[in-house]
Amino acid sequence: MNRTILTVDDSASIRMMVSFTLMDKGYRVIEATDGFDGIAKLRDQSIDMVITDLNMPKMDGISLVREIRQNPGFRFTPIIMLTTESQDDRKVEARAAGATGWITKPFRPDQLLAVVRKVLG
Amino acid sequence: MMEHFRQTFREEADELLVELEHSLLELEQNPADDELIDRVFRAMHTLKGSSSMFGFDDIAAFSHEVETVLDLVRDGKTGVTKELIRLTLLARDQIKAMIKVSVDNGELDVERTEELVAAFHKLVGTALPVLVPAGLSSSASSQPGDSGLEIVYAIRFRPDRDIFKRGLNPVHLLNDLHELGLCRITAKTNDIPPLADLDPELCYLQWDIMLTTTHGVDAIRDIFMFVGEESSVEIEVIPRESGEEARKIRPELPCQAAGSGKPRTKAIKAISSIRVAAEKLDHLVNLVGELVTAQARLSQTALAHNDTGLIALAEEIERLTEGLRDTALNVRMLPIGGTFGRMRRLVHDLSSELGKDVELITEGAETELDKAVIERLADPLVHLIRNSIDHGIEKSTVRMAAGKPPCGTIRLTAAYSGASVLLTLSDDGAGIDREAVHARGVKMGLISAGTELPDRDLLNLIFAPGFSTSAKITNISGRGVGMDVVKRGVEALRGAISITSTRGEGATVSFRIPLTLAIIESLLVQIGTTNFVVPLSLVEECIELTRTDVAQAHGRRLVDVRGAIIPYISLRERFGIGGIQPEIEQIVVVEVDGKRIGLVVDHVIGGHQTVIKSLGRLFREAQGISGATMLGDGTVALILDVPQLVGDEEVLERRTFGNAPFTEKGTMHA
Repeated sequence: MNRTILTVDDSASIRMMVSFTLMDKGYRVIEATDGFDGIAKLRDQSIDMVITDLNMPKMDGISLVREIRQNPGFRFTPIIMLTTESQDDRKVEARAAGATGWITKPFRPDQLLAVVRKVLG
Repeated sequence: MMEHFRQTFREEADELLVELEHSLLELEQNPADDELIDRVFRAMHTLKGSSSMFGFDDIAAFSHEVETVLDLVRDGKTGVTKELIRLTLLARDQIKAMIKVSVDNGELDVERTEELVAAFHKLVGTALPVLVPAGLSSSASSQPGDSGLEIVYAIRFRPDRDIFKRGLNPVHLLNDLHELGLCRITAKTNDIPPLADLDPELCYLQWDIMLTTTHGVDAIRDIFMFVGEESSVEIEVIPRESGEEARKIRPELPCQAAGSGKPRTKAIKAISSIRVAAEKLDHLVNLVGELVTAQARLSQTALAHNDTGLIALAEEIERLTEGLRDTALNVRMLPIGGTFGRMRRLVHDLSSELGKDVELITEGAETELDKAVIERLADPLVHLIRNSIDHGIEKSTVRMAAGKPPCGTIRLTAAYSGASVLLTLSDDGAGIDREAVHARGVKMGLISAGTELPDRDLLNLIFAPGFSTSAKITNISGRGVGMDVVKRGVEALRGAISITSTRGEGATVSFRIPLTLAIIESLLVQIGTTNFVVPLSLVEECIELTRTDVAQAHGRRLVDVRGAIIPYISLRERFGIGGIQPEIEQIVVVEVDGKRIGLVVDHVIGGHQTVIKSLGRLFREAQGISGATMLGDGTVALILDVPQLVGDEEVLERRTFGNAPFTEKGTMHA
């Protein structure tokens, strides 16, 4: 069965890059444009992993992680955050909220895949 | 594929830049608004992040600089100043230029980038770090060992008990280690409690690993990059030669390089939208158009068969089609605020260029118009605002001498008015110099020297091609290519434009634009067997024209409508339609540019939902017709280009009678 990954990002180009990279390797990808959208998609889909941007309008990535972790069905789901170097100080916050790890922008498709493999096995 | 990503990035960047500009201009008005500061920062941040992903290194490096400054602003370390706004706007333009260059391979003014960076540095003092390279950050993945030799590592992995709860599975990490080389893994099970005390959500296992690999230590650290400081990972190099001391390497886990992140409260705005290609919407609207036509035929057929069941069904479909039509058209509706935002920038730039103090006040930014209409409105508005600032608004000193506030005001408003939107642009400048207009009109041969024109007609001269009263040609306006372009632009949207002005107090240009260009309400009329439709927004009333009326007018084509004398055009003659007119003809009274005129037809059939189809290139030059539509029975009706018919007739009448017999609404009572 194909693993399903939810990618949450307000940037269409990043979403597209993540989707193409992962779909190319046979993952099923669901896109969401912000935290609220992401939560809605989690509710009605089975999802094995979440990749979310940190800085988003409406609900930012950290709040999203907190929300996801509160749902018993997603307590052990890997959540990877996309950050930039300037956001180093927020990583602690993200981790405390329950994020699994992060990828620093800019990243290459193979780096993304490496991280996905690392956490999904 | 990469080019595909890059294209998506460009589109996204365009939107971000527009938003950035709006936010900046708003911020200029409300410098203390944290939400706005946040929006500006976020736009720049997203630009930085996405541009670096898709190889726009120059944009990434530049936006990083700007973001650093904006971050200081966000943290309250530096204030929102005019200079900051100005620089950030310029930076925005520079990023736009960078994106453009990436498409057309043009030349980028690199010095300008450096100048701007320097200016930003100057603005916030020298507190900024030197340019940070924005290429890929040094990747820590799979660096080979120093010499390509095999090294043996002893790894002690003591995971945090809660590791599962962050979504990490240690088994995957161990599998990754396997991929690096030969692994001997020993699990330590000492800590597993008796079953009764075991919490299945905790990780009690620990591992010792002996790994033989050619990869460097970084590759191993990389595998454990997400385990966090709560877990312990120790990596030791086992020396090949005895005597060399074991080097102990403690991994620096990424999360250790952390400060305290302070939570930011964010205003949550609920706007949810999806992005759809405009062509898809156009296609949808076209299909709905076809559906409306088909539905009309269905209704007609149902009536013809006089089958109650069928009629009920047809009515149901009619209702649904109407709903679908309204929804489909509504999807293409956009608030005009985006265009207003562009005008704000224009006013900002032009007023500083001309050394005038001008404020733009907008109202009704939420008014929605069809996307196609909005796109075509921008140019006319730009022309008008240029004119206002260049010719209308005076310099502060002149204004004060005239007893006006030193800062000029341009007011741009939009409001719904029936099936159209009324846009007005007014300024409190010097107004239009009627004598200059008159003189110029005479010089251009539009009027003769002695002619006294009603005010409205005089001002309408401004719309003549090549008309300009400006003594000198400036960069901004004065080349006389403005107002006729404006008028044509508005008329191409099936809109109407009018202008009023009081000398010394300013001028107001207003135009009425239909909400949509795709489907209109219209009046279906018939001459002989030919069908025409008249846009209902122009129709005032329908009256009868009897043979007696014609006889009493003594050859002049005028009719008395409740006391007002109105000229009329016989469409039968105008379009050379044969046959004999009925005993009683109908006059459809329309109003264009404040003038009323009658269109004589055989029969008025009734209201009609007109799905507008263009006539195609072959008929591009057709006079008096602006398009076509399909009727319920499948026949074609032509859409009358009323403004053009009226214009043609006006010219003809002037030639015949020396001056226009057209009535101003409410004047020239008989």
